[in-house]
Amino acid sequence: MSTTTTSLRAFTAVLGRDVFVTGRELPSFLAQVLVQPVALLFVFGKVLGQLGYTQPGYAQILLPGMIALNAFLVALQNTSFPLVLDFSYSREIEDRLLAPLPISWVAVEKMLFGALRGLFAALLMFPIGLLMLGRVSWDLSGLPFAVLCMVLGSLAGGTVGLTVGAAVPPRRINIMFAVILAPLIFTGASQFPWAQLHDLRWFQIVCAFNPLTYVSEGMRGALLPEVPHMAPWVCVLALLLACLIFGAAGIKFFLRRALD
Amino acid sequence: MTTAVDVADLVKRYPKSRHNAVDGLSFRVRCGEIFGLLGPNGAGKTTTVGVLTTRIVPTSGKVEIGGVDVGRDPVAAKTKVAVVPQRVNLDRSLNARQNLLFHATYHGVGRSARHALADELLDRMGLAGKARARVDDLSGGQSQRLMIARALIHRPEVLFLDEPSTGLDPQARLFLHDRIEDLRSEGITVVLTTHDMDEAEKLSDRVGIVDHGRMLTVDTPSELIRSLPGSGTMDVTIRTNGLTPEAAGGTLAEIPGVQRVERIGRPSGEGGAAETRLRLYVAGETTELLGPVAARLHERTVTVTDLALGSATLEDVFIDLTGRDMR
Repeated sequence: MSTTTTSLRAFTAVLGRDVFVTGRELPSFLAQVLVQPVALLFVFGKVLGQLGYTQPGYAQILLPGMIALNAFLVALQNTSFPLVLDFSYSREIEDRLLAPLPISWVAVEKMLFGALRGLFAALLMFPIGLLMLGRVSWDLSGLPFAVLCMVLGSLAGGTVGLTVGAAVPPRRINIMFAVILAPLIFTGASQFPWAQLHDLRWFQIVCAFNPLTYVSEGMRGALLPEVPHMAPWVCVLALLLACLIFGAAGIKFFLRRALD
Repeated sequence: MTTAVDVADLVKRYPKSRHNAVDGLSFRVRCGEIFGLLGPNGAGKTTTVGVLTTRIVPTSGKVEIGGVDVGRDPVAAKTKVAVVPQRVNLDRSLNARQNLLFHATYHGVGRSARHALADELLDRMGLAGKARARVDDLSGGQSQRLMIARALIHRPEVLFLDEPSTGLDPQARLFLHDRIEDLRSEGITVVLTTHDMDEAEKLSDRVGIVDHGRMLTVDTPSELIRSLPGSGTMDVTIRTNGLTPEAAGGTLAEIPGVQRVERIGRPSGEGGAAETRLRLYVAGETTELLGPVAARLHERTVTVTDLALGSATLEDVFIDLTGRDMR
């Protein structure tokens, strides 16, 4: 049997293992991916709106952003956290590293699986958002592009997660939240339209470095075309670039950790 | 006889290190043999096994497993090897049996074959009752056995065992040794790294002693022991009958073939009945000196109460080659 066939079969089996484990840990996985975005959506979209602190319609802007946030961030966390643990105390990944497939494929599998989790978490936000906000006025013709942004956003999240997970030493995992995740959450244009930031120019520039911005903007532009937004092609191009850059960096760091 | 593992001029220097961890190491392991790789801590054993199992990229040199160049085709090499590491690296998200099944799936073992093999291996490793146990609930010995079962399920050509009996109780150790002996009869090549000289001597067909990244010697344990100068010993317990123990020792040291006499233990018994134990280190065959030793002691009217022959162990060979200094 050729090496490629062997490797492809092993790749499928390794991915199958991750899907199997997720199935067994579904309740904890759901809690992990839903509590935070649902809480954000509830407080910013519902509570502040009812108290009159946000303009009517803010919830509409927030929901696509929350879906984008979930796609990107869940993919990122689900790639990076297990990797940090795997490379430190558990060493569980060794069995995968010794499976008959190239080591870089194991990295790709980790990233792809994180992205699948992100995509799943983002899809879950649709019914939850509808239920919570009661009514959404989306342009449904934009749905295919929104889905494309979700897929690219999950993949970008997976690649960033691979880079972070393979580059952060285990003893630094606690500061990962403070210096990586929190800034990503709040500079990703998921709670505000990026195109309207012209009075906060420096912040707009900062946000432009966050791949999440392009997921949020792409989704908002597709579903709420009347809200000022970034050009769709810019979003796709930026996300493809992010996947390419972080994917390459992630695989490089992964190889450095996996091989001596 | 065909070669299972071929290491030629292997060099590995880690980044930021001032010397080579492996420094021109060469050896061959024959198909179906149990090969013991011995060496002090930091000698380069783990690095060598790491290179052989594709996890460490060598600086130079060539390494082959079953004719496959590990550096050129790591994926093919990985189908031929299995590793049982020192530290437990089982999949904690899966139970014992699932650990075997998923590992077999990675290696492309068919569905019905892997189920049958998993049950058979669990049974053989004394884990039949633990098939559904969580990995965290297994004892050290059980985890070890499960890792061996996992390693065997994809029918490797070469099995690497890293310090397999560290931390095991005597029962678990014996069980493990029996299972390793079984592998020999199945024709699986085993490369064993260990600090336990008794284990290496008992299990290995041949051993290689590594130090400072180089292979010092490769041979069967018995041949290595025989080659050690002063490898035989004779313990003589005597009642000196007036002669001082030093004088008795001195007279024995004069016998041709005796290299050195050492007093061991404390004198026992009262007054004239005091017994002294002396150990004679012998260059050649110890049995040939039985007569001369007895005759010499008889001449000096020394009573012999016990006489025991001993031989050097692999540990003596190891210390002789690698020195007494701690690393």
